[in-house]
Amino acid sequence: MMKRDACLKSLSRHVTDDDIVLPVYSTAFDWLDIRPSPLNYTAHGAMGLASSHGLGLALGRPDKRVIVLDGDGSLLMNIGTLVTTAALAPKNFFHFVSENGTYEANGGHPTPGRGVVSFAGMARSAGYRNVYEFSDLKIFEQQVGAILAEEGPVFVALKVEPTGPQKRDYERIHGPGVRQAFKDALKAG
Amino acid sequence: MEVRASAVDGRPVAGISGESIIQQIKASGIEFVVSVPDITTSEGLLRPLAAGTAPKLVRICKEDEGVAICAGLAHTQKRSLLLIQQTGLLDSINAIRGVAVEYSLPICMMVGLLEKEVGIRPRQSKRYGVRIVEPILDAMGIAYEEIEEQSDVAKIGPAIDRAYAQSKPIVMLIGQRPTAS
Repeated sequence: MMKRDACLKSLSRHVTDDDIVLPVYSTAFDWLDIRPSPLNYTAHGAMGLASSHGLGLALGRPDKRVIVLDGDGSLLMNIGTLVTTAALAPKNFFHFVSENGTYEANGGHPTPGRGVVSFAGMARSAGYRNVYEFSDLKIFEQQVGAILAEEGPVFVALKVEPTGPQKRDYERIHGPGVRQAFKDALKAG
Repeated sequence: MEVRASAVDGRPVAGISGESIIQQIKASGIEFVVSVPDITTSEGLLRPLAAGTAPKLVRICKEDEGVAICAGLAHTQKRSLLLIQQTGLLDSINAIRGVAVEYSLPICMMVGLLEKEVGIRPRQSKRYGVRIVEPILDAMGIAYEEIEEQSDVAKIGPAIDRAYAQSKPIVMLIGQRPTAS
């Protein structure tokens, strides 16, 4: 089992200024501190939809790498996204899922199927080109750079510990300022 | 154009050409049609769109996915159209609320009205699932156009242009099955 922020720090070393990153909920608050960028796309409007926003961005901007940092609770709300994405097979699409088995932003209640469901297995069955699952940080650190150099769609399940209480200022992820900054940055490059 | 009358005392209305709707979609710069199949538009719109190469058809599993895909595309300056049934619209209300309305994004939705009686306005339908649609859109502050007969087709292009110019959602309610030609 890994710590999410350690995984994100490791990932951030391989993310470039040109990449679009879509982190959700608790992950978003960690990510914004670890790697601030106007190309962080954090306003998803409804739980579960980050991967679908990312798919639209990947289809519209095939020149950019699109990296979704999803949660297991969020993915469960939009599980069909695995099938839709695999069918379209965008080469620039990378879907990371932090599996902590809880609805962390909603009181820490367990997700259904915790410890039983294999998200990596579902992604593989859906037809994702490359699928990985990590529970050891050292191995993840060794491989994440090469994974981000692969052709998508790529799915990566990260087995992480629940983080617990977190300071959450939702204006930082949904506010009009961050949305406009993203639009401007994407338009500019 | 064939004139059809409703079996439930609707006013006689002309049929509607799917090809002319597709022309409006193409002329308005739509590059992606994102869809869950809808029986009202299945033969007249979705099947001919699937047979063509442009706009690109994106088949999705559930309608709220489509709202977010269209949002992502809008950020990349690509125009898209979500082609669904009103059941999918109702199922996607929270996504439409959050993504299209609260973020003020140009999500263009073409919505087949399953079981609406030809020649009957949606609000007057005997079908509960039809007559609630426009009041719900009113409550959400979402603009809509009724596309019931051929003369309504000309509303489609301007409605899409308006959505992008104002960065606001639009719903086009398809009131009868378009023909494929």
